[in-house]
Amino acid sequence: MHGFKNIFSGVTLWTWRRSRWINRRGEAAFSSCRPKVCVVGSGPAGFYTAQHLIKARQDVEVDIYERLPVPFGLVRFGVAPDHPEVKNVINTFTQTAKHARCSFYGNVNIGKDVSVEELQQAYHAVILSYGAEGNRRMGIPGEDLAGVYSAKDFVGWYNGLPSCRELSPDLSCETAVILGQGNVALDIARILLSPTDILKTTEITQPALEALMESKVRRVLIVGRRGPMQVACTIKELREMVKLPGTRPEMLPADFVGVPEAIPDLPRPRKRLTELMLKTAVELPAEEERERRSKSCRSWGLRFFRSPVLVLPNPDGTRTAAVRLAVNKLEGSGEAARAVLTDEVEDVTCGLVISSIGYKSLPIDPSVPFDSGKAIVPNQMGRVQQAPGLYCSGWLKTGPTGVIATTMNNSFDTARSLMEDMDSGDLDMSAEKSGALSIRTLLEKRGVKPVTFSDWEKIDNMEVKKGESIGKPREKLLTVENMLQVAWA
Amino acid sequence: MASLLTAFRRIAHAGVREYARREAASCAASGLTGRRSFVTGTQPLRSDNKVTVHFINRDGEKITVEGSPGDSLLDVVINEDLDFDGFGACEGTLACSTCHLIFDEDVYKKLGPVTDEEMDMLDLAYGLTETSRLGCQICLSRSLQGMVARVPESVADIRQSQDGSS
Repeated sequence: MHGFKNIFSGVTLWTWRRSRWINRRGEAAFSSCRPKVCVVGSGPAGFYTAQHLIKARQDVEVDIYERLPVPFGLVRFGVAPDHPEVKNVINTFTQTAKHARCSFYGNVNIGKDVSVEELQQAYHAVILSYGAEGNRRMGIPGEDLAGVYSAKDFVGWYNGLPSCRELSPDLSCETAVILGQGNVALDIARILLSPTDILKTTEITQPALEALMESKVRRVLIVGRRGPMQVACTIKELREMVKLPGTRPEMLPADFVGVPEAIPDLPRPRKRLTELMLKTAVELPAEEERERRSKSCRSWGLRFFRSPVLVLPNPDGTRTAAVRLAVNKLEGSGEAARAVLTDEVEDVTCGLVISSIGYKSLPIDPSVPFDSGKAIVPNQMGRVQQAPGLYCSGWLKTGPTGVIATTMNNSFDTARSLMEDMDSGDLDMSAEKSGALSIRTLLEKRGVKPVTFSDWEKIDNMEVKKGESIGKPREKLLTVENMLQVAWA
Repeated sequence: MASLLTAFRRIAHAGVREYARREAASCAASGLTGRRSFVTGTQPLRSDNKVTVHFINRDGEKITVEGSPGDSLLDVVINEDLDFDGFGACEGTLACSTCHLIFDEDVYKKLGPVTDEEMDMLDLAYGLTETSRLGCQICLSRSLQGMVARVPESVADIRQSQDGSS
């Protein structure tokens, strides 16, 4: 009995080991089970994650789902129209989308047309890269008055985001106040004050261009809670404001007390930015520049140590008339400095208030863990906590800050985590998955028709053609209906 | 965007990227314009005019390639199909910092002055050093023969979570 058991176990052991060896070899050389991965969101995060996976493994297939009929997320709808070079990344994304092992499915709303759970059944791994479509609210009375907009909506409006088409911001006032001093705030200031001769050769939408041509806005104040050494914008955007044709800077030297002394100890990027601000605020410019400024009828300025506490309406309560700003004092220094309210307040007359204090991610599916405090999907290096097979990349993973290159590295990192899990066995790759086949069947049953990448190319060609006749790189289609019409013509 | 220069990666390398470059690259003044062929066998016969460049990749490996005077270092990376993850995202238009390269002191001195525009973007690069430059702004010349350029890491230590703040 003992002997028999031994032989038996011996045989079993040998057989088990042998199949395991074959399995390992099989997976390494050719998978009978091709890894199928899907990405939710077709902005930089989605595309860079897909790119990394496709390049690193010869067998993985990636499907990218996007809610709108058009791809590219904030590269299309967020990057300012006068920054076309930043959009060059679209060329890389296009190559990824056209790769044999990549498929794009636009016009599919994950969370509504198909659930994340259904995606997880159809794919070995699901990567959530849908970014941050909401915005942080100021949380002050008067925030919902006519004349107050979130930066996200204002940018969406001039960039042709379908949901912002009807924004119709009132540009009939002289002064606009922007809360927040990041690059988005500076983009908005620049678009509000740029000569329209410059804007009319960009991708800015025609309705926005026409509104800006009629605009009475002459003065833009960009307001921050803390001081010059805490601004979140970067030097390129600030330099563009300083050099903006037809405008002059209007800074307060008093805001820069103590700054010259602190500059030598700053790291180079912060140092150069602060030096430029200081120079703009206190230095007498050269003769030529002085003349240029005196002839400029538009102005802009950074205002520091101010927090919005109230938006004041006009007498009949229909529109914005002013914003009340509380004066802050700074405690601590450097990046960690904190703004502390004092009792002093100051009212600024204005008809346009734009809050540019941050985008915010939203939960799209109850089955996905979501940290509402930080407004991100809780994760460790892109692996969603307590959710095997679920990953995240981009702003949804780390919060809504960072330029495209930041998101690129973040996405590569998530892709690496996924590949580690595939190789280690932490991700179950044993079952064959149906991928797009079953999802498309589900969508068809539910009356949802995806937009393919070649459908998007029809939209793309139409936009470029429309733009040609009016001297623009493209004239964007402004409604989902219009986009679908062209896509499926 | 009618006249774009496109570089095709060989399918055998399962290439995913194709570069569409604007003609107005910073090195165009050298007189080199137009179409380059990256498929072997059709390079112009100018071997005496080549400049050798050594790249040290993120794994510490040395890769030796050749470029022509007037080529930018980004051009060389693209032409020679060098596989640096995420390099040159904005295609040489000073709108990103992903072609960040680090040089030795003596080579750095030979590279010439840095414009404000380049410095502004370089300031955003991870791991910025005193001898950092953007590859798309460095033009090859014979005085740079044998130069070494190191491709730095583009993120914080591998496998550590990072916050996304710029």
